Amino acid sequence: MSGYVSRYAPRPGTIEPLGGQRQTVSAGATEAVSIELRRIDQTFGPNRVLRGIDLDVPAGQFLAIVGKSGCGKSTLLRLLVGLDRPTSGSLRFADRSGDTVEANARIVFQEPRLLPWARVVDNVAVGLGQDVDENTAHVKALMVLDEVQLLDKADQWPARLSGGQRQRVALARALVSRPGLLVFDEPLGALDALKRITMQQLVSRVWRELGFTAILVTHDVSEAVHLADRVIVLDGGKVALDLDIAAEHPRHHGDPDLAVFERRLLNAILGAD
Amino acid sequence: MTAYDVASDRSPQRRSWVLPAPSARRILLKEFLPYAVPILVVLIWQILSSAGWISTRVMPAPTDVAGAFVDQLLSGALVHNVAVSGARALAGLIVGGTIGLALGIANGISKLSEQLTDTSLQMLRTIPHLAMIPLVILWFGIGEESKLFLTSLGVLFPIYLNTFHGVRNVDRELIEMGRIYGMNGWTLFRKVILPGALPSIFVGLRYALGIMWLTLIVSESIAASSGIGHMANQAREFMMTDVVVLSLLIYAALGKLADVIAKTMERHALSWNPVYQR
Repeated sequence: MSGYVSRYAPRPGTIEPLGGQRQTVSAGATEAVSIELRRIDQTFGPNRVLRGIDLDVPAGQFLAIVGKSGCGKSTLLRLLVGLDRPTSGSLRFADRSGDTVEANARIVFQEPRLLPWARVVDNVAVGLGQDVDENTAHVKALMVLDEVQLLDKADQWPARLSGGQRQRVALARALVSRPGLLVFDEPLGALDALKRITMQQLVSRVWRELGFTAILVTHDVSEAVHLADRVIVLDGGKVALDLDIAAEHPRHHGDPDLAVFERRLLNAILGAD
Repeated sequence: MTAYDVASDRSPQRRSWVLPAPSARRILLKEFLPYAVPILVVLIWQILSSAGWISTRVMPAPTDVAGAFVDQLLSGALVHNVAVSGARALAGLIVGGTIGLALGIANGISKLSEQLTDTSLQMLRTIPHLAMIPLVILWFGIGEESKLFLTSLGVLFPIYLNTFHGVRNVDRELIEMGRIYGMNGWTLFRKVILPGALPSIFVGLRYALGIMWLTLIVSESIAASSGIGHMANQAREFMMTDVVVLSLLIYAALGKLADVIAKTMERHALSWNPVYQR
């Protein structure tokens, strides 16, 4: 484990130049946002998937949403990134001074969803949107690829990468625009156990370094406890439990303090049966 | 432990013993083998013709065909006719291909466009386009318009169907991803939809090339005053079987050439696809 930490420890010089670079292109869009949900209802035909959700997420928090399949977590996630609109209720993003802002929200999906016909670096550049000129996009994409340790794969086709590498490219694509809110939709579900741990530590590291607000949707309680400051359990479209995880980052697997939180969450999820 | 045993079993020396490096003889065999049967057939054909077992009125000897090739080449007729036929094929492909591509894309993207035109296109598609030759001659005579019309019509449908299918089957998740990252309209089309549909469009193109030559051969034989089909038809009137067979061979060569060009384009355009990576 210690070998791992040193390998992924923040390296001076990898993050800072990118921060400086982006200020020259589009200053001021990287600030973490806070989220305020009020009485959110989402109804699909006869199904009321979300029932009056009230939730405040402070800027820079790492929130995990757990729950069984069909508890409404994916629906909530789609609202947060603006893929859907709620049937009723209000959704507001604010910067640290409390002013309402557009959330520069990005999402990392369960599947990497890379364009198979674009090279790795071009896939990452997609994350910058359409307003950035090609050269700047290329340079920024290379820098973020360096952050996720994939600089040497920049000119590869996605088909040539492993599952874990593809998911890291997807993470780089989400990070390249320095989002204020980053949402993870079970991003590690398709990876094997060891790759999961590596990815979890990468996610944790970039979150600590870049300070965006993070929301992780998962059904893996251990993963939620490992990464998040706070875990909420969704059940039947309502918040069934809201738990702060008071433990220092970076966290380690097998920590007995975390196991206590894990048990409480599992009881809440399974007890709700 | 077993894992290590397996690994040591696959040492480079061992592998090179199992699969020896391709020798010059092997490469020659691999390149030559596909042509062995045609060469054998031509040899037997030549022997039978030389022995007088096949009448030249039925089938000319390969040497006669070669002679006809030289004659036609020297007179300039061959180059002229190949150029005329090639230009017709290309014009038909461009006109029909463009219409098919445009309709396929429009109907793949827009539900309204699909509802408006797809049924009509499917109805037209069921008419064998060569059955329209009498009508086409009445409309256009035997000028260039008739050949252009028929080849375009023949090429249109395979390109339309495959483009439509390709656009419709672009991964929805990739399109959703593109939208989240701010792509819309032309950008989404250029970066996601078109590349996603391209493999299918190429299938349509290669299928269309076959139909293109078929249509051209038939329409040149019936209604033309130049081109390879016309050359063959004229030779028939003078019982010049060698020129007839030469025309067939030229069609075969042109067809093969078109397919090779399409294949090369396909390999180049789809190099991202593991299927085309060598």
